[in-house]
Amino acid sequence: MRMDGRTGGRAVGTGVLLAAVLSAGPSVRLTAQDTSAVDRGVRIGILYRPGVRPGIVVLTGRAPGLDSVRTIMARDIDYSDRFELITLPGSDSIRLAAAPGARPAAGTGSGKTGGGVASAAGLNYPLYQALGADFAVALTPAGADSAVVTVHDVAGGAVRRELRSRLPPLSDPGFRMAVHRLSDRVLEATLGAPGIAATRVLFVMDGKAYVIDQDGADRRLVSSTDHAAMSPAWAQDGRRFSYMEFWQGHGRLFVQDVATGKRAPVATTGQALDFTPAFSPDGKTLAFSRAIEEGTDVYTVNIKDGCCLQRLTVGRFYDNLSPTYSPDGQRIAFVSTRAGLPQIYVMAADGTDQQLFAPFDYGATGSSNAPEWSPDGQAVAFHRDVAGTLQVFVLDVRTRAVRQLTSVGRNEDPTWAPDSRHMAFVSDRSGYRQLWIIDLEPGRIRPLLQQSGARLPAWSPRLPETAPSTP
Amino acid sequence: MKRVSLLLLGGLVVGALGACGGKKPEPPAPVSAGPDADSLARAQRAHDDSMKAAQEEADRRAREDAERQRHIADSLAAMGRTTDAVKTILATMIHFDYDKAIIRAGDASVLDQKVAILQANPGLHIRISGHCDERGSDEYNLALGNRRATAAKQYIVSHGIDAGRIETVSYGEERPIDPGHNEEAWAKNRRDETDVLSGGDALKQP
Repeated sequence: MRMDGRTGGRAVGTGVLLAAVLSAGPSVRLTAQDTSAVDRGVRIGILYRPGVRPGIVVLTGRAPGLDSVRTIMARDIDYSDRFELITLPGSDSIRLAAAPGARPAAGTGSGKTGGGVASAAGLNYPLYQALGADFAVALTPAGADSAVVTVHDVAGGAVRRELRSRLPPLSDPGFRMAVHRLSDRVLEATLGAPGIAATRVLFVMDGKAYVIDQDGADRRLVSSTDHAAMSPAWAQDGRRFSYMEFWQGHGRLFVQDVATGKRAPVATTGQALDFTPAFSPDGKTLAFSRAIEEGTDVYTVNIKDGCCLQRLTVGRFYDNLSPTYSPDGQRIAFVSTRAGLPQIYVMAADGTDQQLFAPFDYGATGSSNAPEWSPDGQAVAFHRDVAGTLQVFVLDVRTRAVRQLTSVGRNEDPTWAPDSRHMAFVSDRSGYRQLWIIDLEPGRIRPLLQQSGARLPAWSPRLPETAPSTP
Repeated sequence: MKRVSLLLLGGLVVGALGACGGKKPEPPAPVSAGPDADSLARAQRAHDDSMKAAQEEADRRAREDAERQRHIADSLAAMGRTTDAVKTILATMIHFDYDKAIIRAGDASVLDQKVAILQANPGLHIRISGHCDERGSDEYNLALGNRRATAAKQYIVSHGIDAGRIETVSYGEERPIDPGHNEEAWAKNRRDETDVLSGGDALKQP
């Protein structure tokens, strides 16, 4: 199933929508009738058919600072790829027109009221329903440093949730992340599943490691500038990350604290070429690749106590590298050249029971590299050489079926978002290598960073509240 | 200085003789003219000889000094030329096929030269770094570069060089020498480089 070539947004033409529907996976069962219904932008009820996303409208806030909140939140909701984001032409006037008659209008919506929830602002629900919205999100200031987000269930004609949140001032470095967290609460309130707004992506550019918000804003340098850095990786608690630096031909691994920005070299590394660090899910162990004269092998070291180097593979005449833990910590997928070209293998976390993971045709399938286990444990993403260029693939862990995700240009180094549905990767489809994000379900693709030379992305888990955004 | 003082000495001798000779035009003593003339001539000859010898000695020393200076300069230059030449040979890169770490037949002779240099210079320690082109996977290329550096080291060690004198590192595709995105650039970038780690100040030609 190829998922390239569309940059998403609301499908307007029947042909475009049909194409999107056809490529969205076997679970999609849309008929031509459904397609034309979607095409009119009108939906009845919130009966979600596969492939049809609910509409959501983010109403304008009318207080200083909330415009930025609204803009960031609308983009977060859009980038979640779970909704059709409805942009109202002259949204202010509609909001104003709806506001005076709000309370009575809420009653006329479907006869239901907001129940026990004190509705901050009733809405003209039929109007928004006619515009295709299943949800409406309204922002109101609450005191000097807080905002209230009212999530309206348009079809139900009631307020679904009121979310109060403290927001630091616009100038505060933690402002954007606070808004992203609020966006995730909105997504939780509407979908019942957390979003990925409060996440960041580590990557390497010009030999330095950077971090950037998932919406492409707020890029910050996180590594030192005097040694070339590679292979950043997050700890599962989102409070630490690791990366490798070249020190006079040796590869030294570091673990860095997000909150303090302080880093410490990993014990037992730096005397050889150590690279591709990967945290175990419990954060106690770091698996990595070590290149010595015998070849490259996978090792682990206890980073809690700074001891106990263990060698998991012994490949005298071939290489083993690029470990990635399953989310339960029981297994490690890795790359091995034991069959000639590098391919994806799996072993128990103690190095036993090594076996082929992603099937391949000997002599026909190209090199496969850079595996990353999905946070839900069901898939392993990697890239594979297809006709002289690299493409992103996904291995289904249960069935061991492999499917190709990309086909336009060169695409490599996939990394999963915590929802196991989005993925960041490197692609030269625009003419130069840059970071992109793909939503695996409808296959929508957007650039994460429009800058040449960015590579080796690592998507964070959902970031904890206490992690300050200042590096 | 030495030469100047010799000349001064010579000048004094000449002056003294000139004072004697100044008496020649005076009327000779009629009786003792024979022996006196002989002894004068002998003295003159002896003086001339010593003058000549002194002059020759001075010239010889001067010549030798110049010679020695020239010799030192020459040998220094020669030594520098040798070290530079040896370093140039040592720095000759070897190249690899795509995704391969096998020494090409043509590159074996380049490694043979490195073996000879290491044999002729027992104090020399080197570092071999393996590099890749940009086409492969970034992280896999670190492992591949490691194999390339190790392949060259194994060749050299198998020809009798102590393994402890050779360090290997890999930079994967991180340090291209040609930034191009074509086969010509890739071919140049798939390489092993050799650097002197220590003992490279005065290298002997093998």
